[in-house]
Amino acid sequence: MCINGMRLFLCLLMLLLWGTVSCQRTSGDAGQKTLHYFTWSDYVGPELLAEFERRHGVRVVVDTFSSNEELLAKLQGGATGYDVTVPSDFMAAIMIQQGLVAELDLRMLPNAATLEDHLQHLPFDPTQRYAIPYLWGTVGIGYDSAVVSTPPDSWAVLWDPRYKGKISMLNDQREVFGAVLRSMGASMNTKDPALIEAAKARLLVQKPLVKAYASEHYDQLLASGDVVLAHGWGGPVARAMLDRPSIRYVVPKEGGTLWADCLVVLKSSPQKELATQFINYLLEPQVAARTAERLLFASANKAARPFVPSRILDNPAIYPPLDLLPRLEWMTDVGEALRMYDRAWTELKMH
Amino acid sequence: MKQAGGWLWRVSLVNLLFLYGPIAVLILFSFNASRLSATWQGWSWQWYRALWANQPLLDATANSLWVATVSTLLALLLGVGLAVGLEGLPGRRQRQIEQAMLMPLVIPEVMMGVSLLLFFVLLRIPLSLMTVIVGHALFNVPVVMIIVRARLRKLDPRLLEVAADLGASYWDALRHVTIPLLRPAILGAGLMSFTISLDDFIVTYFTAGPGATTLPLKVYSMIKSGMSPEINALSALFVMVSMGLIGFSLLLQRR
Repeated sequence: MCINGMRLFLCLLMLLLWGTVSCQRTSGDAGQKTLHYFTWSDYVGPELLAEFERRHGVRVVVDTFSSNEELLAKLQGGATGYDVTVPSDFMAAIMIQQGLVAELDLRMLPNAATLEDHLQHLPFDPTQRYAIPYLWGTVGIGYDSAVVSTPPDSWAVLWDPRYKGKISMLNDQREVFGAVLRSMGASMNTKDPALIEAAKARLLVQKPLVKAYASEHYDQLLASGDVVLAHGWGGPVARAMLDRPSIRYVVPKEGGTLWADCLVVLKSSPQKELATQFINYLLEPQVAARTAERLLFASANKAARPFVPSRILDNPAIYPPLDLLPRLEWMTDVGEALRMYDRAWTELKMH
Repeated sequence: MKQAGGWLWRVSLVNLLFLYGPIAVLILFSFNASRLSATWQGWSWQWYRALWANQPLLDATANSLWVATVSTLLALLLGVGLAVGLEGLPGRRQRQIEQAMLMPLVIPEVMMGVSLLLFFVLLRIPLSLMTVIVGHALFNVPVVMIIVRARLRKLDPRLLEVAADLGASYWDALRHVTIPLLRPAILGAGLMSFTISLDDFIVTYFTAGPGATTLPLKVYSMIKSGMSPEINALSALFVMVSMGLIGFSLLLQRR
């Protein structure tokens, strides 16, 4: 009986292992094709994927990462098999530089022709050879208008002692320094050691007022009233508005970050044509509009605007008013100066 | 004496509270009617319902269960063989090999993850669900070995001598005497490895390829788009399942 047990066990093990291997092999070539989409969690509606699967007779497998750095580490570590991914602008620049990204065939991307005007020529990829913007937005201040009665228009409100312990800042060194540098009238991409030092001094003054440096759950902090001023991306602030209608969003007059998450095809992708079709699909006006509605981030495709509900379109936290554009700035690679930011950030956190 | 006992009792109570308090809060808030994790608005099952309708999460769960099952079977095959095989060696060699096998348990998991990743990349094995399974089997083999060896040590050596006297070959004795006696330990070790594999984040993080997002990886990336009570609900279920399996495993080992 035990012999049988052992044999059964071995057979079962072999079957399972073989199953794992063969299941992945068939997903590679023969029969139904599989597209591997590597993205942020909950960054695409499942029903939209199902529609693409139906239309092209393929399977879409979604894997998720939690930060740009994780994405880069994974790809540098030698992960292959992913077809399409969505780095943020600065990470797309790095990935292009490192040769991880495949060139795009624009003829297969008719939907990329109708991108928002200011997204047509990204600073790191002016001719759309590698990256197509997908979602975009700003970094500003979310505030509770029931408590902060005079609508703030300057970053200086984050230094107001009246809101001590009711302020949250992003847990992101470049964004936090960016906000301070803008408030000092400087570029957020400065490489000037004196300016960085001065920004650090201002942040040290602010630190006693700050409740948390949070990048993930500031929408909850805002909605629950734990903070009344939050430095952050517009999308989560818009989410907080659903729970607490008195929440408002403003990009201060000194200006702030303009960001875009970009769709790229990876150089290691085994099926670049299907990958390009997928990018084109995600940019389709109606698909893009549904994505904007679900994620509360603006779609990069201008042609999607007519399909976006007006409550989304008119919310400045989601769709930044276009007259803001001259005051917005892309975050770019600061090269060696990054070390200074690193050091200053560490000092701020340790203090 | 009695006073000292009372004092110790209080200390252990604080200890238990420290260990289980956060988990209790997590489970409590998974029943919160509010979307905000910080405010309580009454009881609700809605997050468990939302969980059930979340296809990506269910896919990740399926991946996790698959990885745990196959890697456990693999670890059992290798670990039990190792434990039984070691018994036949002279004492010094036994200790040397045992210590070498404990390596995956003592080196930091991050290092194991990185070295596995480098290993796979060097051999040009594409990362996939398969590499995750192999990685998990790697750290589960010593677990199985330790548990099975502990049981093996308690076996009466005379049983095997009797079997040999009665004409059983080494393999017969193994099949008909040793393995049946080890069964509780093997089952216990299997449940333990299953749980460890189910909960593992770091090794999975490094060895996961396309289509290999497991539940812990998925939960981690979900936090990025905001903590939702769905994560609480999921974690609560996970804690229950893990604790249940561990309890069952300990029960089997005691027998």
